[in-house]
Amino acid sequence: MNMLRQVLVVTLMNLRSLPQRWSTSLVIVVGIAGVVGVLTAILAMGEGFRATLGQAGKTDQAIVLRSGATSELTSGLDRESADLIKGSAGVARNAAGRPIASAEILVIADLPKRGTGTLANAPIRGVQPEAFELRPEVRIIAGRNFTAGPRELIVGRGAASQFEGLDLGARLAFRDADWTVVGLFEADGGVHESELWGDAETVMSAYRRGGFQSVTVQLESEAAMTTLRAALADEPRLNVEAQTLRAYYTSQAQQMSLIINVLGYTVGYIMAIGALFGALNTMYAAVSTRSREIATLRALGFGGGAIVASVLVEAMLLALAGGMIGGGLAWLIFNGYTVSTLGANFSQVAFDFKVTGELLRRGLAAALVIGLLGGLLPAWRAARQPVTTALRAL
Amino acid sequence: MKYLHLVFAGLFRKKIRTTLTLLSVVVAFLLFGMLQAVSEAFQAGSDRARSDRLITNSRYSIIEMLPISYLQQIEAVPGVRTVAFASWFGGSYQDRPAQFGIFPVDPERYLQAVPEIQLPADQAERWRNTRDGAIVGRSLAERLGWRIGDRVTIVADIWPRRDGGNDWNFEITGLYTNPDSQQSESGLLFQYEYFDEARQWGRGTVGWFLVQVEDPDRAEDVAVAVDALFANSPNETKTQTEKAFAQGFARQFGDIGLIVSAILGAVFFTILVLAGNTMAQAVRERVPELAILKTLGFSDRAVLGLVVAESLALTLVGGLLGLGLAALALGAVGAALAGFGIEGMSTSVVLLGIGAMVALGLAVGLPPALRAMRLRVVDALGGHQ
Repeated sequence: MNMLRQVLVVTLMNLRSLPQRWSTSLVIVVGIAGVVGVLTAILAMGEGFRATLGQAGKTDQAIVLRSGATSELTSGLDRESADLIKGSAGVARNAAGRPIASAEILVIADLPKRGTGTLANAPIRGVQPEAFELRPEVRIIAGRNFTAGPRELIVGRGAASQFEGLDLGARLAFRDADWTVVGLFEADGGVHESELWGDAETVMSAYRRGGFQSVTVQLESEAAMTTLRAALADEPRLNVEAQTLRAYYTSQAQQMSLIINVLGYTVGYIMAIGALFGALNTMYAAVSTRSREIATLRALGFGGGAIVASVLVEAMLLALAGGMIGGGLAWLIFNGYTVSTLGANFSQVAFDFKVTGELLRRGLAAALVIGLLGGLLPAWRAARQPVTTALRAL
Repeated sequence: MKYLHLVFAGLFRKKIRTTLTLLSVVVAFLLFGMLQAVSEAFQAGSDRARSDRLITNSRYSIIEMLPISYLQQIEAVPGVRTVAFASWFGGSYQDRPAQFGIFPVDPERYLQAVPEIQLPADQAERWRNTRDGAIVGRSLAERLGWRIGDRVTIVADIWPRRDGGNDWNFEITGLYTNPDSQQSESGLLFQYEYFDEARQWGRGTVGWFLVQVEDPDRAEDVAVAVDALFANSPNETKTQTEKAFAQGFARQFGDIGLIVSAILGAVFFTILVLAGNTMAQAVRERVPELAILKTLGFSDRAVLGLVVAESLALTLVGGLLGLGLAALALGAVGAALAGFGIEGMSTSVVLLGIGAMVALGLAVGLPPALRAMRLRVVDALGGHQ
């Protein structure tokens, strides 16, 4: 009890003197704010990327690609195969008795990116009407849907923000004719928002292709995946592989997530070590300015524990402030910030930085650990300081 | 130089503080070295790409194929020296997407149009005479443990064989080197003839043409002439220098340079505050000492120089240690990330780093140094700072 009181008294006294030492205390705050800010921002990028691809990762839908193909872009399916897949066992049917499945073609168009004007790969997906049944999250937010026949496209929100000239009513000249943007759509922030959609047959004829690249199907149930796989394997005319959308998009996101995480944690750890040195410096300075005060307290009979606690509390409070500033800045500057990169389909995927509560919590935890470690040694030294020398010093 | 011991005396006045500040500078430059190397790796392709070679691909996108019959027409364009072609094969090696480029090419033409690739004559001969022969870059072969005469299997993703199979077998008939860059020694090149006969679809097409021009200054004119040949045809082309092509490609990954500078900006700002504070504190504590120096006859300039030299010594020593550590770390990590073309530290990164050290040293040291210079001896000795 007595011990606790001592701790409280010394800590409060110490904190009241903080403003006089603000310039050295600033080091700890800025150092840790830097670490937490950078770490949070980089990890928020990875979080956003995973969230974007994860949106499409349903477990009750499957994508069928030619065996060996690692993405839609490297796959190819002729019309006969596409029909066989759609009619396969395990594929759910709608009220009209038609399979809920969409055979799709994915091609790439070189379009200028907003801002820089350099050409980048924009994905164009040719879909069949069932595509909208498969992806109820796709909603037209401006204009109207495309109609089969004329060269019309609808543009995802992400694509519209990353590429130039994809506004409603814009005309795009590619493949010996003009295409008109007739609508804008959103898809709950998912990967399809980075795409341009048109009618499968129209896109196919424009790109002079004779086949599709993938078939996405609605399964009767999650368990029907096995049925579908077996049925596809039994059909001698087919040489294809089916996987759930979740498995497909997880593998698509893998490499990028790995790069971002490696970058984030490497930079984060190294910076944390740097901030630790800063924290140590600050706390040593704090202890040395307080050395006479500490010695006086010791002479009055205050215990070493109270001194240690007061230094640790100071270090951790300063670290906490730094962590909150860093996390807050990362959130203010980067949350919702949209960037795009080359995804697995060799085309641009737009995604938002996502500064989640979990990331902020992790940042604060890191800040507190640095504060604790940075306070420990100086606190130890403060408590061990011989009273007489300290009183005589200066 | 004769004041060197004074600089050291200043630095070693408080050993712990100096050491800790030094270590945070080390950390800053460790990050600097590593991130700059990564950023350089992304730009490397375009730095090395040549401006006397053009790339002709489909106007609509790089994934669209072009008929091989364009070859003769491009060759006939005035100013063109040689033409070669290649396609993207993709594929997987040992159950993972191949971390190296695989391209079907015409051996004769390719070696002519890409002279920076060096292949012993006997190996080139053997490649030409082996239908399923392939040459690989030496650093790639070392990484995967391949030797001449080995057979390797690549599983196709884009290009199934006509018989429906996905397995493509190659015999390694040569190892090429590229004296300019190890990063470029990471491809597998095999015979187009074999590819075209065995593939299931797309026969008679290639991904892009490599056009070596006679006069680099006229490269733009040649590019325009090539594209004019095929304007309004079903397969329009887009021709640009290899350099422009590589730059455009690197940009597709997003602005790596921007991300790296943003991170480094945050790091340096942090270190600046940290080291700046320490230096200011060090000078504050030593005001009486500095005053004594002045009393002894040290000029204002000399005092300024002493303080600045101290902070420069701190940033230079710390910075060089940091860069050294970064070079070591890259050596260790680089092997695992070889697919990204991280090659270790280049001279330009080191020079840039030294520039940053000097800038940081001045930014940190000048303000307290100026204060020290303006110090009035009487006030300082009297304790009125």
